[in-house]
Amino acid sequence: MEQPIIKVNQISKVYQKGAIGSGTFSRDLENGVKSFYSRLTARNKDEARGLRKKKESIWSLKDVSFELHEGDAVGIIGRNGAGKSTLLKILSRVTGPTYGSIEGRGRIASLLEVGTGFHPELSGRENIFLNGAILGMKSFEIRKNFDEIVEFSGVEDFIDTPVKRYSSGMYVRLAFAVAAHLESEILIIDEVLAVGDSAFQKKCLGKMGSISKDLGRTVLFVSHNMQSIQNLCNKSLLLNNGELIRQGKTADIIQEYLNEQETYTSLELQKNRKGDGKIKFKNLRLIDPETNQVLNQITCGKNLLVEIDFIAKEGAPIKDLEISIGFNDQFGTRQTLISNELSGQTLSRPNAEIWTQRILVNKLSLALGNYSLNLFVSSKGCIHDWVMDAMPFYVEGDAYFENITMTLGSGKGNFYLDFNYL
Amino acid sequence: MGFGKAEKTNQQMTPRYTWKIESGNSWYSLKVKEAWEYKDLFFLLLRRDFVAFYKQTVLGPLWFFVQPIITLFVYTFVFGKIAAVSTDGLPRPLFYLPGIICWNYFAECLLKNSTVFRDNFNLFSKVYFPRIILPMSIVFSSMVRFFIQMSLFVVVLLIYYFKGLKPEINSTIALLPLLLILMAAFGQGLGLIVSALTTKYRDLSLLVNFGVQLLLFSTTVVYPLNAAPIAIRPYIGLNPMTTILETFRHAILGQGSFSVAALVQATIITICIFFTGLVLFSKVERNFVDTI
Repeated sequence: MEQPIIKVNQISKVYQKGAIGSGTFSRDLENGVKSFYSRLTARNKDEARGLRKKKESIWSLKDVSFELHEGDAVGIIGRNGAGKSTLLKILSRVTGPTYGSIEGRGRIASLLEVGTGFHPELSGRENIFLNGAILGMKSFEIRKNFDEIVEFSGVEDFIDTPVKRYSSGMYVRLAFAVAAHLESEILIIDEVLAVGDSAFQKKCLGKMGSISKDLGRTVLFVSHNMQSIQNLCNKSLLLNNGELIRQGKTADIIQEYLNEQETYTSLELQKNRKGDGKIKFKNLRLIDPETNQVLNQITCGKNLLVEIDFIAKEGAPIKDLEISIGFNDQFGTRQTLISNELSGQTLSRPNAEIWTQRILVNKLSLALGNYSLNLFVSSKGCIHDWVMDAMPFYVEGDAYFENITMTLGSGKGNFYLDFNYL
Repeated sequence: MGFGKAEKTNQQMTPRYTWKIESGNSWYSLKVKEAWEYKDLFFLLLRRDFVAFYKQTVLGPLWFFVQPIITLFVYTFVFGKIAAVSTDGLPRPLFYLPGIICWNYFAECLLKNSTVFRDNFNLFSKVYFPRIILPMSIVFSSMVRFFIQMSLFVVVLLIYYFKGLKPEINSTIALLPLLLILMAAFGQGLGLIVSALTTKYRDLSLLVNFGVQLLLFSTTVVYPLNAAPIAIRPYIGLNPMTTILETFRHAILGQGSFSVAALVQATIITICIFFTGLVLFSKVERNFVDTI
């Protein structure tokens, strides 16, 4: 049996909740002095430790163990907050595990962000060397690959121009080109593919595929895009709430992840809600109106059918209902709202305990990214149910308008506008 | 997390693990060997600081001269004309300038090192490399400025030479490299101690700028050691910068108090501070991303 290239032994990561950086200086000072004083006055070590333990802790990772073999391309799948990023951070040694250990051989190069350490005043050439060195390459290795890097990035003509004059596309292409030519045995990549135009994204995916398949290197890859994980990875890990739920063939893991997502849309157990509960949200489904299939991946520019099941108590209002769906981006900022009050439609429910409301969204104009829904039902100013973060989902980028063929990359905005250069 | 520590395995036919990431953190792992592997990065960072500085300014390195010259005029006016502090019989520019330049270098090493975690948070939180590379590159890129400013001192020295003043350069000039190393190590050591503490107690960073200004008066930048009351001289001597400045003045100008004992004392204090800084830094570097 071949020995694994990386062996992860029961690693856990615990974060202290709150208390780190309250934002204001005076409170910091107060907290600092208080905790320092109480630690000083603690009679012994145990007491001091007890004081520290009082703070609530969050287990970002819990007893995660797995092994990777040479040439594996492994996808890490999980919802937001499942611990994917923490795992990558520990593997790339940006932060240490609270418990457990990792053993391995060979160099690890990690790509948690494209263009880390680029200096705007330096030329493309100088930044290739600097960025390469930051990522762990030796100067002679960079020299050896220099021409290939420049060719891959497609910025030959601007290689001696300071990168502050680059367009954001050129910047990202150059940065990825450096990273793609790392000569490390293990490569860790965090969703950096959600950048650039779709042609370059395809090029990057192809390059990553050849890194693991042709060069026999080990690749760890985190993405919300199941399609790229499916294409790239032969194995996958499924994380949920910091625990490793399952590992195995990518197709199986993706299926399990998608099944798990469906059950998540059951809203009855959702705790984060307000209202008198006379009418409550029961289930939420996002459906493709053409095929009537429940969607696991929502695509920009396609029609979307939202189906909401309600459950009503006896005597709950029947007429003048207001049902709204708020779309928040990953930072919790409201992006848009669907509401029958906006469209001026009056809603009333059938006189039954459970019923379903369907809402058709024509041509979803949300750009690529992570979003979450807030659900709201009321009548005559009385809130019946208000569910926060009812359902996180990922919108896949695609061409929205016929004349705008490229997709809007992550961080470039949340909406498409219909524009034309005259 | 001692990368480079080979892990023993029973399977002899397969390659062994070459590194291990552990939850514990040993006090003594300074990872010198690993840092050496990244020496290319060190030189590229040096180059970056240098080139970036040139590209941003019109006057380029001329800026390096503005600050010491203005400071020199202020000192000459305040401590010379108003307070009439002794300068060991030396012309005031010759007395003040080495102090100003050396203190600048020390203060820059200290201040830049003390904010190294905050200044490089984005870099540190995205990619791993031996963290000590960055503080080291700070010390050396500041050294460039030090040398450029020192050329100003040489020019002033030449002016006085042609005006008839003979500098009494003597054999202790051989100690200059040692003085430079001591200055760098002392500044870096203190800076790293502060940087490690500020990841936990951020208030401290507010005291540092202020503290460095006050520290200036605890050493012999604006007055010679033999102008201080005898009773407090040993305390002034505790600051390695005192010995460094006195030795420098002795080596070039023939003034100032020089003794081997003081130099040994300053070296020992510097080494202690430097290693305390290194150890604290290596203890904090690992998980500071979670707390800052």
